[in-house]
Amino acid sequence: MANLNDHMGRPIVAVTGIGVVTSLGVGKADNWAALTSGKSGIHPITRFPVDHLNTRISGMVDFLPSSSQGSSPLTYELAETAAREAVAEAGLDSGDFGGPLFLASPPVELDWADRFSLYNSDKQGAGAERLLRVARALKELDIFETTQFGSIADRLADRFGTRGLPITLSTACASGATAIQLGVEAIRRGECDKALSIGADGSATAEALIRFSLLSALSTHNDIPEKASKPFSKDRDGFVLAEGSGALVLESLEAALARGATILGIMRGCGEKADDFHRTRSKPDGSPAIAAVRAALADAGLGEDEIDYVNAHGTSTPENDKMEHLSLSTVFGERIGSMPISSNKSMIGHTLSAAGAVEAAFSLMTMRESVIPPTINYDNPDPAIVLDVVPNKKRNAEVGTVLSNSFGFGGQNTCLVMAREPV
Amino acid sequence: MSSPRDVVITGIGLVSSLGEGPYAHWQKLAQPGLQPVLEAARFAPYTIHPLPEIDWNLQIAKRGDQRQMETWQRLGTYSAGLALDDAGIKGNDELCATMDMVVAAGGGERDEAVDAAILAASESRNDRDVLLNEKLTTELRPTLFLAQLSNLLAGNISIVHKVTGSSRTFMGEEGAGVAAVETAAARIRSGQSTHVLVGGAFQTEHSDMLLGYELAGYLHRGAWKPVWQRQGGEGGGVVTGSGGAFLVLEQREHAESRGRKIYAELGPVVSGRAKRRLGELDAEIATLLSQAALPDGELLAISGASGAHAATAAEKAVLDAHPAIAARAFSTLTGHMKEAQFPFAVALAALAVDRKAAYPAFDTTVEKLFKGVPKSVLATAIGYHQFEGMGLVKAA
Repeated sequence: MANLNDHMGRPIVAVTGIGVVTSLGVGKADNWAALTSGKSGIHPITRFPVDHLNTRISGMVDFLPSSSQGSSPLTYELAETAAREAVAEAGLDSGDFGGPLFLASPPVELDWADRFSLYNSDKQGAGAERLLRVARALKELDIFETTQFGSIADRLADRFGTRGLPITLSTACASGATAIQLGVEAIRRGECDKALSIGADGSATAEALIRFSLLSALSTHNDIPEKASKPFSKDRDGFVLAEGSGALVLESLEAALARGATILGIMRGCGEKADDFHRTRSKPDGSPAIAAVRAALADAGLGEDEIDYVNAHGTSTPENDKMEHLSLSTVFGERIGSMPISSNKSMIGHTLSAAGAVEAAFSLMTMRESVIPPTINYDNPDPAIVLDVVPNKKRNAEVGTVLSNSFGFGGQNTCLVMAREPV
Repeated sequence: MSSPRDVVITGIGLVSSLGEGPYAHWQKLAQPGLQPVLEAARFAPYTIHPLPEIDWNLQIAKRGDQRQMETWQRLGTYSAGLALDDAGIKGNDELCATMDMVVAAGGGERDEAVDAAILAASESRNDRDVLLNEKLTTELRPTLFLAQLSNLLAGNISIVHKVTGSSRTFMGEEGAGVAAVETAAARIRSGQSTHVLVGGAFQTEHSDMLLGYELAGYLHRGAWKPVWQRQGGEGGGVVTGSGGAFLVLEQREHAESRGRKIYAELGPVVSGRAKRRLGELDAEIATLLSQAALPDGELLAISGASGAHAATAAEKAVLDAHPAIAARAFSTLTGHMKEAQFPFAVALAALAVDRKAAYPAFDTTVEKLFKGVPKSVLATAIGYHQFEGMGLVKAA
């Protein structure tokens, strides 16, 4: 009989379904094959013209029916596609899930295509006054719903039959991890025996790209797109904007075993700590990230010597990678030089609101498959960052525990600890 | 029976057209016949309840911090500061560093002038995507993006007030406010948190914030009326207001051990998602009422009704079916504050419990008298479009 409660007496939370979409493809099988062969999904932008733009590459998901329909429809389709895969793998009813929904998704705004079409459907007046007048004469709710922050989760709740008020959240680049954390916590508190946690982001619009460019956050290595994202390299120059989704079905181990579900992994611990230093930069001493890692380890009941592999936040910005190295070397000490640490973002770019969920999905697969995906484009190591980044080629290795980091703009840091086995 | 893990309210930060702080709101709202503060010209044909004059320096000491935000984030950061001050937590490094935070947020303000210029140019250009790149790359202020990001209200609260235990931002109109309070309370009851800052802000004085309602025709037009009297009027029934509401929720034992004043206890918080297209809203509101563990006898209800025709009619019908409930729709006097609506309702409920007195009717033609001492007060937020919730606030 397996132990059903963790070191703090809380229900152990298992993962029984995983779904993922990135620029590498739809579904775990395609993604895993590409990821472990070191293939990049970063490509030239074709969704909109790139005139005047400094960055002309991305990891957009261009192969779904909604890919050219705007942020809200694409984010919904990404979430729905990943969740469908996860719920099917869990063997649960895809229309009657019966647990709460936690959705990490980007903040919504009226798309420019809609702004233009509304504005130009009338000739009277100008600016906001015209838009408001046109808006109130609309007979359909489609455009309205793209501007409501709760609408994507509302549709997903209908689609999957989740229970209660769905929570839509944003902790910037940590959002996907926060969605998982909320699910884990709800199960631990005994509010439910299963939860659907999704991170989805289809918001790579021209305006989003320009905004990140204005903050000097994006790589401008346009010439060879697949080489642009190079975490921990000396010549890294920013992240690559990307889209994707990850979904996990979380269940109490007890409920999962009772119905004979396959246990894909265990969510051992979650930790967070906010940074009060600056809106886009982290505290120079790395103390919030260090505290988030330590909180996750403590929550998991694991010591520093019990983590086998780190799935890095590894954005490929000069700032993040330096800070992540500082915080990991502080927590893990000398051992950090011999711990494998790789960044999925070297291949899929930064999927923003989805990243924490996508990378949790890949972390779980890393343990199940005993294969660590590489950090590609590691041709020019940063001498100040001495890490075993699993350079350029996958590595076969037994991995029993993973730490997955997510550090966000706005100072929201969330770390997840996952394990292959319940004990 | 009180328990050490009860959720109690020890700090309230409020801003609305009526003023700022719990004391000012109580003073005003306790006056029978109070008239709302209205602005009918600036956004005609829409009336709004504008912000009062605010000295941002009082809660956001650094000008540099103020410059990094637009009004929405300033308003939220300011309201959060009021709540922290009220709870005796502001400036206490240890309490701030261990404090959790759940913020209910929409988005911040876009640059209206840039948007208007792009729209104007679009009338004579067919290459609108190129136009967009051309204008946005040259005319957007880099920091404006941060002022727009939903999670950066929480980010600014961390930076300005040093609240860093954890930081989560929930999105989704009134439902985000409900879920924020519900989650914060659940964390405290389970022992995950000892003290949590929870709340939101809404800045309506921006055309995009009005557009967010008006794309579905939700805004009331024509002469202002109280919330319950907008059925059949021109437009959709919602009159918005700028404001913010933050609460400090605390474990009873934690609050008592540091000798803090307790306004009230926060009892059950319940939430739901009616399939409104299928006509489920009335039944869902009735279900939530039955889950809120209402006490016997007369009950004061602080209603977050928005005025939106269908949702407000449904809420009224269900409340009217309970003759013991005397509702007070505060949006009559403050306007609808979206994500801040539920935290605001809980705050007003806590004030009535603390003062041992009910508010007079905000609309004497519809709202019933309440004569007794309100030992428990219900707070509701039925979303203008989706999501519902309520909570019961009780004498401490």
